[in-house]
Amino acid sequence: MGDQILTTVDWARAQFALTAMYHWIFVPLTLGLSFLIAFFESIYVKTGNEEWKKLTKFWMTIFGINFAIGVATGIIMEFEFGTNWSNYSWMVGDIFGAPLAIEGIFAFFIEATFFAVMFFGWQRASKGFHLFSTWMVAVGSNLSAVWILVANGWMQYPAGMAFNPDKARFEMQNFWEVALSPVAVHKFTHTTSSAFLLASLFVVGVSALFLLQKRHQKMAKRSMVVAAVFGFIASIFVAFTGDEAAFNVAHRQPMKLAAMEGLFVGQEKAPIIAMGIINPNKKAGDNLPAFYQETKIPGLLSLLAYRDFNSFVPGVNDLVFGNTERNIIGAEQRMVTGKIAVAELTRYKLAKKSGDETAAASALAIFNQHKGDLGYGYLISPTQAVPPVAATFYSFHIMVVLGTMFPLIFLLVLYFAFKGTIENQRWLNLICLFSIFLGYVAQQAGWVVAEVGRQPWAIQGLLPVNVANTNIATSNVQITFFIFLAIFTALLLAEIRIILKQIKTGPEA
Amino acid sequence: MSLLPKQLYLFYRDGFRSMVVGRTLWKIIAIKLFVIFAVLKFFLFPNYLNKNFNTEHERAGHVLENLTKAP
Repeated sequence: MGDQILTTVDWARAQFALTAMYHWIFVPLTLGLSFLIAFFESIYVKTGNEEWKKLTKFWMTIFGINFAIGVATGIIMEFEFGTNWSNYSWMVGDIFGAPLAIEGIFAFFIEATFFAVMFFGWQRASKGFHLFSTWMVAVGSNLSAVWILVANGWMQYPAGMAFNPDKARFEMQNFWEVALSPVAVHKFTHTTSSAFLLASLFVVGVSALFLLQKRHQKMAKRSMVVAAVFGFIASIFVAFTGDEAAFNVAHRQPMKLAAMEGLFVGQEKAPIIAMGIINPNKKAGDNLPAFYQETKIPGLLSLLAYRDFNSFVPGVNDLVFGNTERNIIGAEQRMVTGKIAVAELTRYKLAKKSGDETAAASALAIFNQHKGDLGYGYLISPTQAVPPVAATFYSFHIMVVLGTMFPLIFLLVLYFAFKGTIENQRWLNLICLFSIFLGYVAQQAGWVVAEVGRQPWAIQGLLPVNVANTNIATSNVQITFFIFLAIFTALLLAEIRIILKQIKTGPEA
Repeated sequence: MSLLPKQLYLFYRDGFRSMVVGRTLWKIIAIKLFVIFAVLKFFLFPNYLNKNFNTEHERAGHVLENLTKAP
């Protein structure tokens, strides 16, 4: 693998990150706002109060804008798979191809049917059926996120499959192991609940803007209370699922956990770094300090990872070079096994070509013994198994700090709303408004932790990104990178402009 | 036109006609879908394996070739 290919990989990764991150600006608001609208409309149907209907219609318009701008932005990732990531795409096609297609068709029919009733049916459908349609949009939108998150979970923890060397692809052996793997389940619950949190922040923030501007105050306060209750419950759920996700990371992606906490030397009673400045020059195996400054909470990482304050948490060095005392096999040793797997796969391929079935069977038997570390066979140095520590560490800490702050904001909103003085709390309304931006920062930081933290793997331990990608000219990927940057930025600006216009118009529209 | 299809047709027609912000949004969706499918997919994002290989066997062979290259 020369520099040329590495450069192509870097651009392909940057392009995928750009697409996924822009896509994830639109999606969480759709997922969360759909439920908030269902709550608003349920209150309207229950009380018969027309003001709740007006409020529901206002947020529905915002939802419609966000949905329209964001729709189909995810399809571009599918194009990228076929062009930039053809090896990966081929290898996982058996596992994800059909479910993703079915999900797409299912989402289309839900959207075509119930979206239409939700937006066009106020005068034509009964109150009950209209409400049912709104709930179906909420459920359908969230269900349409299931399989793509299961796919992401599988890439982090490839379960329920077997590698077929004749077809060079992973084949599904057990659907339920894939769909209900703990990583997939927590990926879905953590991601969707964080989307509910973001949408709650959005509604609270826009309502706070109305209060600051002394417009539509009654509607704003009503929206705020419902969103703050939903947001608070979602925040608690996000914390719970986040803790479960970290537990899974500790067991299935220990290198990611080590990077999340900048832990280079494994230890018992491992601390969480409450605050810290990473030493950017620190590398696996050297004697440099990992941090310039840090504030530790002893034992908390051990508790998070293994539910025991005293447990040993492996660090980057243990996972790269191994630790015989602790029975940890490092990347260095896995590379030896991985290279045997690659060599035997080559021998199998050649034996099959020459029609030597005995040699093919022998090669396959040895390959099967070593295939668990196949991906390590493509590494040149064991330190390549280390993800970018600083990016993972800072993203994780930004996400956690913000995730801790949001429920407090919701509690303050509820406190002052029930006290009847929320409109007088200028400082809190300003915080709420700014928290919309912070909500998006937390969302993006979460994806950086999940995706940067699992580098260099496209599929954990089995396929590194530099083998997963297509050997195409770097310039092709560079050109489309900048085209996407322009398109997505234009879409985002259009969204912001139309939403701001709608907010300025208010619920009277 | 029988009753149900006609009702459905009128439902969608009236819905689209009564749109305010929706008109702008549909224009954005139409432009976006055109750019995504007619420009990006067609000119810039061919499926590499489908474009360069004719059979599943050839595609599998190519991927296996990549998997067995020395790093």
